[in-house]
Amino acid sequence: MSEKLNAVDTALLETIADMTDGKAAGAVNIRKDCGCAQRVTTENIDIRNKEDKPGIDIIIKPGTKKETCHIPVIITESGLIETVYNDFYIGEDADVTIIAGCGIHNCGDGESRHDGIHTLHIGKNARVNYVEKHYGEGDGNGKNAMNPVTIAYLDEGAFLKMDTSQIKGIDSTNRDTKIVCGAGAETVITERLQTHGDQRAESNMEIILDGSDSRGRVISRSVAQDRSQQIFYPKMTGNDKCFGHVQCDSIIMDSAKISSIPAIVANSTEAELIHEAAIGKIAGDQLLKLETLGLTREEAEERILKGFLS
Amino acid sequence: MLELKNICFSVSTPDGKTDIINDISLTIDDGKLVVLTGPNGGGKTTLAKIIMGLVTPTSGRILWNGTDITDMSITERANLGISYGFQQPPRFKGIKVGDLLSIASGKKLLKRTEACTYLTRVGLCAADYIDRDVDTSLSGGEVKRIEIATILARPTGLMILDEPEAGIDLWSFAKLTETFGQIHEKRESTMIIISHQERIISLADEIVIISGGQVSKRGKTEDIFPSIMAGTFSGSCPARQ
Repeated sequence: MSEKLNAVDTALLETIADMTDGKAAGAVNIRKDCGCAQRVTTENIDIRNKEDKPGIDIIIKPGTKKETCHIPVIITESGLIETVYNDFYIGEDADVTIIAGCGIHNCGDGESRHDGIHTLHIGKNARVNYVEKHYGEGDGNGKNAMNPVTIAYLDEGAFLKMDTSQIKGIDSTNRDTKIVCGAGAETVITERLQTHGDQRAESNMEIILDGSDSRGRVISRSVAQDRSQQIFYPKMTGNDKCFGHVQCDSIIMDSAKISSIPAIVANSTEAELIHEAAIGKIAGDQLLKLETLGLTREEAEERILKGFLS
Repeated sequence: MLELKNICFSVSTPDGKTDIINDISLTIDDGKLVVLTGPNGGGKTTLAKIIMGLVTPTSGRILWNGTDITDMSITERANLGISYGFQQPPRFKGIKVGDLLSIASGKKLLKRTEACTYLTRVGLCAADYIDRDVDTSLSGGEVKRIEIATILARPTGLMILDEPEAGIDLWSFAKLTETFGQIHEKRESTMIIISHQERIISLADEIVIISGGQVSKRGKTEDIFPSIMAGTFSGSCPARQ
């Protein structure tokens, strides 16, 4: 464990970035309470501080294969509010995994908030697996908020797989995502969101299929419990010969509210775009089936939600 | 042993009360294979659901191995070894075939080889299915066979299967009847199968014809089966036999 990391920190890092004892293979940058708690660079992945504003530049050399870059953020001081700019430059033909994510431990009365603005420039034929988990905890009265912005520009033939999930404990979130796909580029975005209590989550997503033969797919799965509210605005725009598919599925429970407003926009006769959206409670026959297999009603409900969000 | 004592189930309709099950009493001994058959809407599925706890009877008692289970929940009955194969099994987004078999077995992690055995017994190639979601990507026949595999994975003393043949192709059906035959031969479980299928009916020790919410006929397969076959000529009505 790094000297700058305590047990709360390492537990957060394990939850949001699957890091054991605050360690991970490959390049690492751990941001803790506005400072750098740990940084490891590799021959192929460089990480530099920004000089004009908070944040880092991550430069991945062309041709880098099967390397991983962990850049988690943790906030443990109550009342800390920050906006951080992280820019990724991924070279041609690279094939990398980026683990981002933010965990807040708030035991005070102040609002803790992290607004992470990530911009990815993905080079020709590069492949990126981008994973981002958001999580909040703490027994204080202070609110946990996160407003992530993710923007990605995919060059010719590039591929971006983006998995984002908000596990629990985030009182308020406004997520903005914009992906622009060049010729032959492809993106697959999976968004998982679970809200409870009085939490509120809004997700605005725009996928622009700009180049010929580009492809985009959005899979959004969400569960809203208690009195929480969720709003989704996924939009897929086709400017050339392309294929795009948006699928939003939500489970609504208790007194929650969900709005799911997918949009598809075609600016070319060759654009093929589809959207599907469904909101519903847990199906009664699913619960009954699992009960006949020996689970209690509560266990059955938990298992269905776990599967749905997996 | 399963004992049904004076089971009644009625529903309220705009015209008053309609009896779905009207005073059915039945005893099924351990290890027996009993087929429930009869015309559509006769009350077979409702009776099966009453045994599993999916439907609460208006009156009557259900005893399983001497224990009164009438007021027990579905989960409690399942944990006493009663299992139920749905006529139209539900689908799950995000739950894999292997996961469902693990839940059914009661083990946290079911060995892949064990899961494969259950799938093979219902005529599915395990490698093709074990990591697939039990969702709309599977055909009706595939979901149905997975449903039966979950019953085989359970440690069970009483299997209730509602039209296990529905939606299953001829080749897989042959495998399924072979599996039911083997379970019965080894007396692994008491079996109640709702079926209209000749090959399943011929496996049974006993046939119970349910019609109009009542047992209209009951007896050994060799006694009842010929009369069913004789009565199923085009246009005949089993309720009038």
